[in-house]
Amino acid sequence: MADLRSNFVGIRSPNPFWLASAPPTDKAYNVERAFKAGWGGVVWKTLGSEGPPVVNVNGPRYGAIWGADRRLLGLNNIELITDRDLQTNLREMKQVKMNWPDRALVASIMVPCVEEEWKAILPLVEETGADGIELNFGCPHGMSERGMGAAVGQVPEYIEMVVRWCKQYTRMPVITKLTPNITDIRKPARAAKAGGTDAVSLINTINSITSVNLDTFSPEPSIDGKGSHGGYCGPAVKPIALNMVAEIARDAETYGLPISGIGGVTTWRDAAEFMALGAGNVQVCTAAMTYGFKIVQEMIAGLENWMDEKGHRSLSDIVGRATPNVTDWQYLNLNYVAKAHIDQELCIKCGRCHIACEDTSHQAITSMVDGVRHFEVMEDECVGCNLCVNVCPVEGCITMQPLHAGEIDERTGQPVSPVYANWTTHPNNPMARTAAE
Amino acid sequence: MATGHFKEGIAGGRLPAEAYTENFADLHPPLDHHEALVEADRCYFCYDAPCMQACPTTIDIPLFIRQISTGNAVGAAKTIFDQNILGGMCARVCPTETLCEEACVRQTAEGKPVQIGRLQRYATDVAMEEGRQFYHRPQHSGKKVAVVGAGPAGLACAHRLAMHGHDITIFEARPKAGGLNEYGIAAYKSTDDFAQAEVDYVTAIGGIEIRNGMALGRDVQLADLAGAYDAVFLGMGLGGINALRAEGEDAAGVENAVDFISILRQTSDLAALPIGRRVIVIGGGMTAIDAAIQSKLLGAEEVTICYRRGKADMNASLYEQDLAAANGVIIRHWLQPRRVISHNGKASALELEYTTMDGDRLVGTGELLTLPVDQIFKAIGQTFAADSLNGSGQAIELENGRIRVDGEGRTTMAKVWAGGDCIHGGDDLTVTSVAQGRDAAESIHHALTANGRA
Repeated sequence: MADLRSNFVGIRSPNPFWLASAPPTDKAYNVERAFKAGWGGVVWKTLGSEGPPVVNVNGPRYGAIWGADRRLLGLNNIELITDRDLQTNLREMKQVKMNWPDRALVASIMVPCVEEEWKAILPLVEETGADGIELNFGCPHGMSERGMGAAVGQVPEYIEMVVRWCKQYTRMPVITKLTPNITDIRKPARAAKAGGTDAVSLINTINSITSVNLDTFSPEPSIDGKGSHGGYCGPAVKPIALNMVAEIARDAETYGLPISGIGGVTTWRDAAEFMALGAGNVQVCTAAMTYGFKIVQEMIAGLENWMDEKGHRSLSDIVGRATPNVTDWQYLNLNYVAKAHIDQELCIKCGRCHIACEDTSHQAITSMVDGVRHFEVMEDECVGCNLCVNVCPVEGCITMQPLHAGEIDERTGQPVSPVYANWTTHPNNPMARTAAE
Repeated sequence: MATGHFKEGIAGGRLPAEAYTENFADLHPPLDHHEALVEADRCYFCYDAPCMQACPTTIDIPLFIRQISTGNAVGAAKTIFDQNILGGMCARVCPTETLCEEACVRQTAEGKPVQIGRLQRYATDVAMEEGRQFYHRPQHSGKKVAVVGAGPAGLACAHRLAMHGHDITIFEARPKAGGLNEYGIAAYKSTDDFAQAEVDYVTAIGGIEIRNGMALGRDVQLADLAGAYDAVFLGMGLGGINALRAEGEDAAGVENAVDFISILRQTSDLAALPIGRRVIVIGGGMTAIDAAIQSKLLGAEEVTICYRRGKADMNASLYEQDLAAANGVIIRHWLQPRRVISHNGKASALELEYTTMDGDRLVGTGELLTLPVDQIFKAIGQTFAADSLNGSGQAIELENGRIRVDGEGRTTMAKVWAGGDCIHGGDDLTVTSVAQGRDAAESIHHALTANGRA
């Protein structure tokens, strides 16, 4: 039986599934329910400085986009950090940690970019018995306009500075949460590392407007006819998050820095993918906000089952296993040739592969053969682009099949070379120069 | 003497009053907005979609379903009406299980097609309830066309001709327009007087005059129409009924299924409609099923369909057969009627003979079966009553008893087109009649306007 126990920068939890800092972790009531459902840990909803709490809008806080059957694909929010009194949060955190000593409880913190502010709050948090802190450098709305959240996360120097303060004033592990609203995610990660962070977590939410109300011409969510960009999350952001996790995992300067993966984790599969790309654990929010806390049971059972099937005994067997396979485009093997293949038994003849290929790709799929509706790949036209696989509604019906070395690629008429060769040495590459003799 | 449900003989009021309303309610209740969106999301927007190819009127089904899913039900209705102005009725009565929905790739994939018929009804209901008219007449062409029969073929033809600016006069034998939509469809498929609502919707384009009580061959002659109008479209139904060829079939209680259905459709008080305690329907098509189910719904205790061939040979779709079974109708195969046994002039039993195939030929085995019965409905097919064409016999050729037409619906008589059940080569479906009427209208327009140019 696979062992799902997780030890992330010294923070132990019975499984790698944490709830991210967000509405689901705003108070003891929710967190207790989450732990009962089986969540391994929580990052408590972001705490602010002592004093009057922030206020939220009193209209809609969330916007969304949907797929077929109104399945939630992306969610955005304009909610701020906790709008509850600091002492109330601290008291509840302490009680919850006492009640659930085996679960991870991490405090998310966001205070102004002033040393005294951080110095003041850290002992208060430490006193709760929390296992660690997460620095919220990601929140893209509201707080950033006050010089916090993403306003810090977008300036590597600030990140390094604040992380340094935190490492100085607390013994708790420090996780630095990064905003994706930057051009190169490696820069803030490097800064966090330079400041001494124990880990980074990413991604926070993405600047977004989910939709526009076509009756009132207000962006959604609409507050009295006006809208503001919000933070975007949910399944739709997963590919962006995976890439950013991989960028940090394979960057020489941050190599080995623990990563807590966040961004659209909805199933055990998503979690396994984040971990394969280098995340030590994952944090989840939108999936819980869509389906409730019970989904963690599917995640635990699914991850366990997959690890058992594959013979992975512990999380360390899978974390980072895919990282070495992430490379730059220029190193991809240009001698690798694959062709789409349509399983005629599985084909339901919707024709979407044909029209996608015909209208927008390489005219490599038939629609009619001998007067009969029939979809088949013409290998002499197929460039192996995979579009047909992606638009086919039947899983496994169209597959990409690599040609073996020596087989003739009907498109080029050339045999497939057994030799790995990439762009750096390709004759068409003007940069590929052989050294002068 | 038994009363109520089990009254002997042929009698009305077998059921409590409220049961009739319930029994004859919409077979497929309309989808509400949410249901329509959920169902529309199932469509894959196939390329060169099989459903569209299977539709006799070639409605762009993927497009109209996508329009529903994006909140444009009115646009979806226009997509439907562009091809089929009677899309509302077709959504209700089409045997979709053998047309679009049978071809749906979701049927192939998971045995559950997208409910195209119900989505079509959703869209057309929205547009019709809003009174949205998508077509208007351009300038009048000055051409006059006579249409015979205000059924699906005639209405579709008239509407398309009106769209091209021609003036149409429809001669309809019955007191109401609509043809089989009004007189022939099972009541639970067309509730709330939809057939008349649709006639009003179609004729609202203007330029269409319907003259009721005008039968071809009786009140108006084809030769006269051909003389007085620029073109004539014949869209009559089938007036003749095949004989049972059973001894004693003139006994009281032996009736035509189409007459029974027609009376049922026109009655305002279903409880007053007499029905036999034991009913036998002879036949294997949709009319047989419609008559049998409605007999059951009126309170008949025992309803049996007797068909002279096997299950696979029945013209009624499997879905319709299952619907009959679900309503308590017993379907018996390989039985042909031999003799109606009467008591005091009223049918009291039916003697049938078992049949079998002898090579390609259906033959009786000699073994007999007698079933007690109060009422027998004949649903063994209808014929075209060609005598309505009297006086034009030489000019207008028939083929297998129906009017011969070419690919555009032209008959062999100059200026005369035809479509619907009266022509050879159709399949007796409402939707096919609509396609034929529409296409004949295009051909007529072409002929009247020098290659389509007015």
